[in-house]
Amino acid sequence: MTIVLFILPALVLFMLLVLAPIALAAYSSFFKWNGFGLFPTNFIGLDNFTRLLEDEVFLGDLWRGLLLIIFSLVIQLPLALAIALLLNQKMRGRAFYRLLFFMPYVLSEVITAVLFTMILSPERGLANELLAFVGLESLESTFLSEPSTVMYSLMIVMTWKYFGFHMILYLAGRQSIPNELTEAAQIDGATPWRVFWHVTLPLLGPTIRITIFLSVIGTIQLFDLVYVLTGGGPVHASETMGVTMYEFGFKRFQVGYASAISVVMFLLSLVFAIGYQRFVMRRDTEGAITNMRAKR
Amino acid sequence: MSTHARDKPAIQVVRPIALHTVVIVIGIFVLLPILYGVLGGFKNNQQLSTNPIGLPSPWVPSNYTDVLLSGDFWIQVWNSSFIALATTFITVGVSALAAFVFARFAFRGREFLFTVFAAGLMFPFAVAILPLFLLLRFFGLLNNPLGVILPQAAFGLSLTIIILRQFFRSIPGEIEEAATLDGCTPFGFFWRILLPMARPALATVSVLAIVGSWNNFFLPLVVFNDPGLWTLPVGVQQFQGQYSSDTARILAYVVLAMVPALAFYSVAERHLVGGLTTGSTKG
Repeated sequence: MTIVLFILPALVLFMLLVLAPIALAAYSSFFKWNGFGLFPTNFIGLDNFTRLLEDEVFLGDLWRGLLLIIFSLVIQLPLALAIALLLNQKMRGRAFYRLLFFMPYVLSEVITAVLFTMILSPERGLANELLAFVGLESLESTFLSEPSTVMYSLMIVMTWKYFGFHMILYLAGRQSIPNELTEAAQIDGATPWRVFWHVTLPLLGPTIRITIFLSVIGTIQLFDLVYVLTGGGPVHASETMGVTMYEFGFKRFQVGYASAISVVMFLLSLVFAIGYQRFVMRRDTEGAITNMRAKR
Repeated sequence: MSTHARDKPAIQVVRPIALHTVVIVIGIFVLLPILYGVLGGFKNNQQLSTNPIGLPSPWVPSNYTDVLLSGDFWIQVWNSSFIALATTFITVGVSALAAFVFARFAFRGREFLFTVFAAGLMFPFAVAILPLFLLLRFFGLLNNPLGVILPQAAFGLSLTIIILRQFFRSIPGEIEEAATLDGCTPFGFFWRILLPMARPALATVSVLAIVGSWNNFFLPLVVFNDPGLWTLPVGVQQFQGQYSSDTARILAYVVLAMVPALAFYSVAERHLVGGLTTGSTKG
């Protein structure tokens, strides 16, 4: 009795506002629907999905999503890790820098995006002025209104906003590694690089795997930052699945088609999450030490 | 390194300098955009064009005072605060009840149910926003604060239940037995003993819920048409659209919109960081 009473509010809220919408999206993705009424009626089977496969904007969304993920894995996360390890050294003002670097994460995506629209604007913008100031006029650009530079600009903004978050996770992970282990390696004569490569990095494995997971899932669903920064433009050059879905669902009233995009976003997240849990994160339950030994 | 440092005074001097240089450069990268915003808000647009980097001369406070004296900004601060507090209250209250059951009772299907809730972590707003909008319209919750509060609470359940269950589990069973022997009902134990003991965990999940609600943009964007209901993120975005050529005024608005979040961060930093790093080191 207690069990039912205690769990009921959570269950009702969750089913009604989390599970039901996802089920409704899955259902309406098989219909041509302008969104009036609660349920669609014009069943068209898989047409929305075949249309997606021929939609260049949507295929572009997938490609840009992949680019952003690669960028996160190759540049943003290693950078965050390097900074975390720097801040793990004994130095004056360490607590202050940690506080400062994490700060952008607390600001909303909208504030970040509006601020950077101004900074990257061709007139009055800070970015071009700074480039001129340090003698790099050749790199001056209109950044956000130029298809060839908009993705790089987005990556810089994403780094500004999110590296502190990953850094904080890495710092927490690093602090859970006993210093005896790295000290022992040093006493055995290992160079700092070898200590990092053979001791610190393997022991940070679980944290690194989590940050990769969060990064990928976050990129699949990226909306706020891009929508406010560029609206997906110029000419779709920075559009993401979320923005495309918003355009079709809330602007053009092609709710069935937009639902199909939601379903794809959901399936991509789900398949990635299950696959990742199954093949990558499962090892974490065995413990980092045994993991390291197995690798040798 | 430190064990050998005594023999190598050169390294002892050079390393900290290199370290500080790198860290300061990163600090400038982080601070410069914000500094540009703060100073830009004190300039007029002409100054912004001719002198985007330097200090304002003369300092023009009118951008800031205009925003502060307009009612819109304060209404948005109020809306954001109200929605954040209501969301947090519902999320934490409902989750605490469920987490209590998941942590303290054995029943058939418990692990399955818990997995269902935990899987909710993978469904952020972007995926469900469109059907959610249709459902809210059906229930007549568009242009109603509840239309944002309830879905936010529902989407916050997963993380909150996971964190609270973990904490509730760590409280020894002897305490519950003693309470039961003294005639405490399950709810009495939950209300009078478990919740007070769980204060640190409750603070953590509350901070996460507040920050999540405060920064949410997508849901209030589609639910609120009425400017009187806009939260700060929606207000900032709309303000940018409305005054697109008045850069200095937008900068002032953005900077003022940052202040509550930064003030909250300075107070609740420990809980926020603690909450975000929970579990990430253990996998």
